[in-house]
Amino acid sequence: MSGDARAPALPGEEEERARLERALDPGPGLRGWLRSVSHRDVGRRYVATAFVFFALAGAAAAAMRAQLLFADNDWIGPDLYNQLFTMHGTTMMFLFAVPVMEGLAVYLVPLMLGTRNVAFPRLNAFGYYTFALAGIVLWTAFALDVGPDTGWFSYPPLAGPEFSPGKRVDFWAQLVTLTEVAALVAAVEIVATTFRQRAPGMSLDRIPLFVWAMLVTSFMVVFAMPAVMLASTYLALDRLVGTHFFNPVEGGEALLYQHLFWFFGHPEVYIIFVPALGIVSSIVSAFARRPVFGYPAMVLSLIATGFVSFGLWVHHMFATGLPELGESFFTAASLLIALPTGVQIFCWIATLWTGRLVFATPLLYVIGFVATFVLGGLTGVLQASVPIDTQVHDTFFVVAHLHYTLVGGAVFPLLGGIHFWFPKLTGRMASERLGKLGFALVFAGFHLTFFPMHQLGLAGMPRRVYTYAPDSGFEPLNQLAGAGAAVLALGVLVFAGNLLWSARRGRVAGPDPWGAETLEWSAPSPPPRYGFLHPPVVFGRDGLWEREAGSAVVTGLRSEPESGTYEVLLTNLVDARPELRADLPGPSIFPFLTAVSLVGTLVASVFTPWAPVFGGVPIFLSLLGWPVRTPPAPVVLREGEVPDVRPAPARAAP
Amino acid sequence: MKRAARAALALALAGCGRPAALDPAGPQAARIADLWWLSFAVVAAVYAAVLVALALAVARGRRARRESAGDGPPAPRPPDPARTRRIALVIGAASAASAAVLLVLLVASVRTGRAIARAEREHPLVVEVTGRQWWWSVRYADGRASEWFETANEIHLPVGRSIRLALSAGDVIHGFWVPALHGKRDLIPGRANELFLRVERPGTYVGRCAEFCGHQHAKMQILVVAEAPEAFEAWRARQRGPAREPRNEAERRGREVFLSSSCPLCHAIRGTSAGGQAGPDLTHLASRARIAGNWLPNAPGHLAGWVLDSQAVKPGNRMPPNLLPGPDVQALLAYLRSLE
Repeated sequence: MSGDARAPALPGEEEERARLERALDPGPGLRGWLRSVSHRDVGRRYVATAFVFFALAGAAAAAMRAQLLFADNDWIGPDLYNQLFTMHGTTMMFLFAVPVMEGLAVYLVPLMLGTRNVAFPRLNAFGYYTFALAGIVLWTAFALDVGPDTGWFSYPPLAGPEFSPGKRVDFWAQLVTLTEVAALVAAVEIVATTFRQRAPGMSLDRIPLFVWAMLVTSFMVVFAMPAVMLASTYLALDRLVGTHFFNPVEGGEALLYQHLFWFFGHPEVYIIFVPALGIVSSIVSAFARRPVFGYPAMVLSLIATGFVSFGLWVHHMFATGLPELGESFFTAASLLIALPTGVQIFCWIATLWTGRLVFATPLLYVIGFVATFVLGGLTGVLQASVPIDTQVHDTFFVVAHLHYTLVGGAVFPLLGGIHFWFPKLTGRMASERLGKLGFALVFAGFHLTFFPMHQLGLAGMPRRVYTYAPDSGFEPLNQLAGAGAAVLALGVLVFAGNLLWSARRGRVAGPDPWGAETLEWSAPSPPPRYGFLHPPVVFGRDGLWEREAGSAVVTGLRSEPESGTYEVLLTNLVDARPELRADLPGPSIFPFLTAVSLVGTLVASVFTPWAPVFGGVPIFLSLLGWPVRTPPAPVVLREGEVPDVRPAPARAAP
Repeated sequence: MKRAARAALALALAGCGRPAALDPAGPQAARIADLWWLSFAVVAAVYAAVLVALALAVARGRRARRESAGDGPPAPRPPDPARTRRIALVIGAASAASAAVLLVLLVASVRTGRAIARAEREHPLVVEVTGRQWWWSVRYADGRASEWFETANEIHLPVGRSIRLALSAGDVIHGFWVPALHGKRDLIPGRANELFLRVERPGTYVGRCAEFCGHQHAKMQILVVAEAPEAFEAWRARQRGPAREPRNEAERRGREVFLSSSCPLCHAIRGTSAGGQAGPDLTHLASRARIAGNWLPNAPGHLAGWVLDSQAVKPGNRMPPNLLPGPDVQALLAYLRSLE
C-alpha cells in the first residue's frame, strides 16, 4: 500500500496548516457556502448537482417508456411528451453528462497534478453557479409548462418564431448558451491548471491518463462550444428580435443551423466519452495492479480522437441530401474514429490480460463498459455508411446506438468511477455488496431496455413519437424495453441508495484504500480545501507506485490568511520544472453575484430586448469584486526553496 | 393465463420477424439491405472477437490474482519487457486488421452509395411530395396541366418503372421514409430534394415521417400502393377526373353543408367551388384507404369522429372542431363517402 507516501513532519507544519485553513475558509452559513472557491467544494457540488439533473432526466425517460408500453396509448399527450423528450435529451447532454465529467475533473485534476486549486478559482465557482442556475431555470420553466418541446437539437424552422410561438424554445436557447459558458470556464480551468500547475517532475509523458483525457476534452470544448453558442444565439435572435438567420423565406438557411449545431454536436459526444476513457484507465490500472499498457499509444489515441471528432458532424445530416462526394469524406472520417478507440480497447484488454485482477465494483463497471460500448461503437460503424444511415437515421436504431455509446461508454465508467473515488470524496467506502447488486441491475436493465430498439428502428419506428399505430407491430418490443427500464431504474436506485447510506455509515477509508497510483491518493480522504499541505514531487509516470517513502515535497509556499491568498507552484509546460510562485485568491461572494446577474439577464432577455442593456450593469458591478485587493506579482523562485527534482530512476517502459 | 402467454409469445415472434428495412420491395432498399448484411456480418465477428478476448483476459487476470498471496490488493508490479513486446505486436496486428476491415466497409459503402445515386434517372415518373404539419400532399404533375391532380397521404406507383419523388416542405422539416423502398430523405423548406426509386413487388408499404416536426409527428404516416402498370393507369385516370356529382338528396345536401361551412377554407374538391390549399385535397377522398395522416381507417365512424372533433384523435392538428347538427353530419358523411 502506498498510503504512507507522505512526508515526515517538517518544522512549522502545524502553523502553516492553520494559516492555509484560514486562508481558504469561506466562513459559516449559507453565505460561507456561496463564497467557497475551493476546487474540492466546487467539484463535489458539480457532481452532486449533475446527478440531481440525471435523476430528473431519468424520471422523464421513465414516463416516456410508460407511455410507449401500449399502442395508441393516451396517458401522455403529444404536448407533454414532446417536452419530456426535449427535457430528457437537453438535461442529459447539457446538465448531466458534460457537467458531471467537468465536475469530476475540477475535483480530481488538481489533486492528480499535486497542486492546491485550479488556476482561476473564482472563475471556477462562477462556472458552477452559472450551470446550476441555468438548470434550475430550465426545470422551473418545465414545471410551469413552458418547457422546450422541439427536441434537444431544436431545428428551425420548427423551433423558429412561426412554428413555436410562446417562450418555450427561448428558455432552451438561453439555457444552452449559459451551460456552454460554464463548460468553457471549466475547460479553461483544466487546460491552464494542467499546463502550469503540475507537480515538479510531472513532465508531459508522466501526466496521468485521466488528466490527459480531460485535457483533450477541454480543448474540444474550447473549439466546439462556440459553434453551438452561435447557433443558439442566432436562434434566440430570430425569435426575439426578428432576425432571419434560419428563415429561408427571407434569405436565411435552415441547414446552416444544422451545420453549426452538429459541428458542436458531434464533438459533444466525444466531450462526454473521452473523460470516461480517462476514468476507465484509472480504474483498470488500480484493479489490474499494473500501469495501463501502452501509455504513449493511449495518449496519442486520445489526441487523435479529439481531432477526428471534428470531422464527423455531417453524418448527422446524411438524410438532408448533401453532395455525394462530400458525404463519402464524412463516411471515411466516421469509420476512422473507430481506430483510436479500438487501440485503447486493445490496450485495456492487454492490461487486464497481464494484470492480477481485484474484482471490486469499479472493475465490474469497466468490464460492462467494454461489453456495451464496443457494441455501440460497432453500430456506429454501420451508420457511418451513407446508405445504411439513410435507413436507420432518426429511428429507434439510433436511440439504441446512442445509448449504447453514451450510457455504455460514459455512464458505466462514470458510475464505476464514482464507486472508485467515493472514499476520496467522502472518506468512507461504498458497500461492495450493494455496489455489485446495483451494477448487475443496471447492466441487465440497460441491455433489456435498449437492445430491442435496434429491431424497432429497422422495422420502421421513428424517434420522438409519442405513440405508434396498433397495427405497426411495435408493441411487444416496446413492452420489453419498458420492463428493462424498470430494472434499470431499480439499479440506479440501488446505486444511489448505496452511496447515500455509505456516505454516513460506510467503513472509514484511509487516504489510499485501493492502493492506486495517482497523486490524489496521497492526500487525506476527504482532502482538505488546500489539497496538499506540502505538494508532492514526482519521480516517474506511475505516481505513488514509484515514490520512495519520505520522498521530496514542495516547501516554502506562503499563505496570507489576512488577504485570503495562498501560493501555488507554477512549473513549465514540457518537463514541469519549478518556475514561479503565484498567489491564488481566497473565498469570495462575487462569482456567485456575477452568475446570478448573468443568468438573470439572459432569462429577462426572453421577455424584453432591453435586458442585456440593463443587465450589463449588475454584471459589471459584480465583476469589480473579483480581483484580490493587492494583486502580488509572481515571485521568481529562489534557489533552495523547493527541492530540486531528481532524475527519475531508470525503468522499463510499459 | 396460458392463452395470454401464448399470445404474448406469438406477438414477440411477430416483433422479431423480418423488419421492413430488411424486407426490400425494390432495388434501392435491396442494395442497402445487402450492404447491411455484409457490414452486419463483419461487425458481429469483430464484436464476438472482442468479447472472447475480454473474457480470456478477465479469466487470466483472475487466475493470476488467486496465485498471488495476501488478502489486500496485490502490490503493483512493473511489466515484463519481453512480454510487453509480444503484446505490443499483437495490438499492432489487431489495429492493422481493424484498419483493413474499416477500409473494406468504406469501399462497400461508397460503391453501394454510387450505385443507388446513379440508378433510375432515365425518364422517371415524377411524383411531387410535400410534407406538411402533419400530413403529406401528393401531386402528379406530368402531361397536360389539365391532367394534373393532387391527393394526400397515399402514393400510387406502377411497379417496374423508375420513379422520381420531388420532395419539398410546406412548413417545417419533415422526413420521407418508406423503409421497404429506400432510405429516408429530408424535406426542407427552401430546398428541393429528390429520391429516385423503383418498386418491384406489388403491395402496400407504410412510411412514416422521420424528422421530428412538432405535435403530431407520430401520426404522420404515408401509404405507398404499388400496383401493376394497368391498375396504376386506371387509378390515375380516375384521379384525374373531377369529383363525382351527388347522386341523391342526402349527398346533394351534404355538398351544400360542405360548401356552406368552413370546410372549403382549407380543403379543395375539384369540380366544386371548394379550393382551399391548407388541408388535404378531398376530390377522391373515398378512394383512399385511410384518413388523418394515414392513421385511421377510412370508415364512416372514424370519418364522422374526425370531422366533428379531430382534436380528440390527433391533438394539436390544424383542423378545428366542427359543431354541426346531427342531420347535417349525416348528409356531409354521405357526400364525403361518395367521393370515389
